[in-house]
Amino acid sequence: MILDRTFLLKIAVGLALFALAAFSAFSLDNYQLQVGTSLAMLAVLCYAWNLVGGYMGYPSLATITFFGIGAYTDGIVQNLDQAIGVAWLAAAIAGAAIALLLGAALLRLKGHYFAIGTIATLEVAREIANNWDALTGGAIGLNIPIQMGSPEFVGRFFFLVMLALAVAAFLVTVVVDRTRFGFGLRCIRQNEQAASMVGIDVVRYKVAAFVLSGALSAAAGGVYASMVAYIEPKDAFNLVKTIEIPVMVMLGGMGTIFGPLIGSAFYVVLNEFVWANFINWHSGILGLIIVGVIYFLPGGVLGTRWPSAKGRMPMRARAAQPRTTA
Amino acid sequence: MAEPILELRNVTRTFGGVRATDDVSLAFMPGEIVGLIGPNGAGKTTLVNLISGFLPVSSGEIRYEGRSIVRQAPHQIARAGIARTFQIVQPFAQMTVLENVMAGSIFAGALGLKAARAKAVEALEFVRLAPFMDMPASELALANRKRLELAKSLAMNPRVLMLDEVNAGLNSSEITEALGMIRAIAERGITIIVIEHLIRVVAELAERAVVLHHGAVLSEGPVDSVLKDPRVVEAYLGNRFARRFAG
Ligand SMILES: Nc1ncnc2c1ncn2[C@@H]1O[C@H](COP(=O)(O)OP(=O)(O)O)[C@@H](O)[C@H]1O
Ligand SMILES: [Mg+2]
Repeated sequence: MILDRTFLLKIAVGLALFALAAFSAFSLDNYQLQVGTSLAMLAVLCYAWNLVGGYMGYPSLATITFFGIGAYTDGIVQNLDQAIGVAWLAAAIAGAAIALLLGAALLRLKGHYFAIGTIATLEVAREIANNWDALTGGAIGLNIPIQMGSPEFVGRFFFLVMLALAVAAFLVTVVVDRTRFGFGLRCIRQNEQAASMVGIDVVRYKVAAFVLSGALSAAAGGVYASMVAYIEPKDAFNLVKTIEIPVMVMLGGMGTIFGPLIGSAFYVVLNEFVWANFINWHSGILGLIIVGVIYFLPGGVLGTRWPSAKGRMPMRARAAQPRTTA
Repeated sequence: MAEPILELRNVTRTFGGVRATDDVSLAFMPGEIVGLIGPNGAGKTTLVNLISGFLPVSSGEIRYEGRSIVRQAPHQIARAGIARTFQIVQPFAQMTVLENVMAGSIFAGALGLKAARAKAVEALEFVRLAPFMDMPASELALANRKRLELAKSLAMNPRVLMLDEVNAGLNSSEITEALGMIRAIAERGITIIVIEHLIRVVAELAERAVVLHHGAVLSEGPVDSVLKDPRVVEAYLGNRFARRFAG
């Protein structure tokens, strides 16, 4: 690992932010805890996507496939009277295992074909959840045992768990960013043939990144399912969400250690603001904002040279290339 | 007589009906510079692709250090010590020049990041690209991109280096400089296969030449005698060149 001083400082800032969030848990009200939990969850999903879509350059739309698999695994395992921690672990393992199987096939595809292939996994997974009544409860959904305790206690509990998962996802990203694994992923993103020429085991690297990403997404799905205590196919395997995740990372900056965090925070704030003020227009306005931001900040918040960012269209092509460090 | 480091036995590769490589048998000795020449479409690049594992052979065997490598993946062959440059340069465009070369020393060279960096800097100094170290690779001019390919391969610590037209598109003084570098690499004991369609380069550099024509070996041996071989003269060089070279 190469850890220069700037990078160590960045890690410290990141951990300080997470610590601050953890301490604030005790002074937040229920609504704030809810927003915080969903922010932490989105951050986990964004970090998971960033490994495959950012560092490796494969535009995956399968993040929510693994999220849903994690959610259902959690529900099924908890319904077998297992402890909640066991269910979460099972969710992560299921996500990793299915990513391993799917990755071996999907990662032969590139670009648009890969994107379409990954989105197909979501549709197929949702149909399976819809039709395999005995296991998933079908279209009616699956009830999951509710966590005991006051609403404040339960809210805080899930916030802290999701936050811990976000810290884990952040640390995984930090390690990937600074080790030969991440270096190899960046090489793969730019030129697979040249990557294998310099001795990178391209297939293994790609599958490993996909598995890591699948495990993180599924873990988030597991915690989410325990929290909401009820899941159904169209909620667990949500098409809009699987598109929103890459949008958030693009907002923040792909292939960086803070991009997913900034992107998801930005998105949540945007969402809350637009939602509160323009309730009828919310999706339309959000869509316009997304297009606008991506158009003017194609490198994301982190990939933009700020002093000259205004009206600087010709730079678009260059800024669109993900930077190699945060 | 020493054992060949790299050996091709009856290697054939077809694309549809085209025999891009036609029953080629060749042996390369440790530390020698061999020129591989032939007109466009003769099958030179295909041969490089077969040796480096980018294309599977249709039939035949390729042996490296006494073992068959036809079933190995490109990254395994690269790690074992066979490096190549691409005729069409393939830098990691969004990385710096240094990072590009580090890719070679980290993976094929199997070095830790710090040692890999030192090795990469050394390779960059060798090809005189050190001043451009922190520049994005995409901003290099063609001649320097070719050198970058060379530095990247060197950082892999290869035992065999295949240079696919590293001189194409360079001007005369750039070629002279490149030739000096290639000689210096050979002095390190690395076997070099120089793929060229510029005869000058091969004549100046190699002890031995192999001429490919329609995928098959047309002639092989010491450079002078190969260039005077009537079959080569007829098929490839043309009489004017042959007279000039002989005279
Ligand atoms: N991937 C490929 N698919 C189909 N034909 C190919 C492929 N690669 C090379 N060939 C054919 O093989 C022959 C040799 O090409 P090549 O090895 O590139 O020649 P050279 O490098 O000597 O110019 C040509 O006829 C070329 O069209
Ligand atoms: Mg060629």
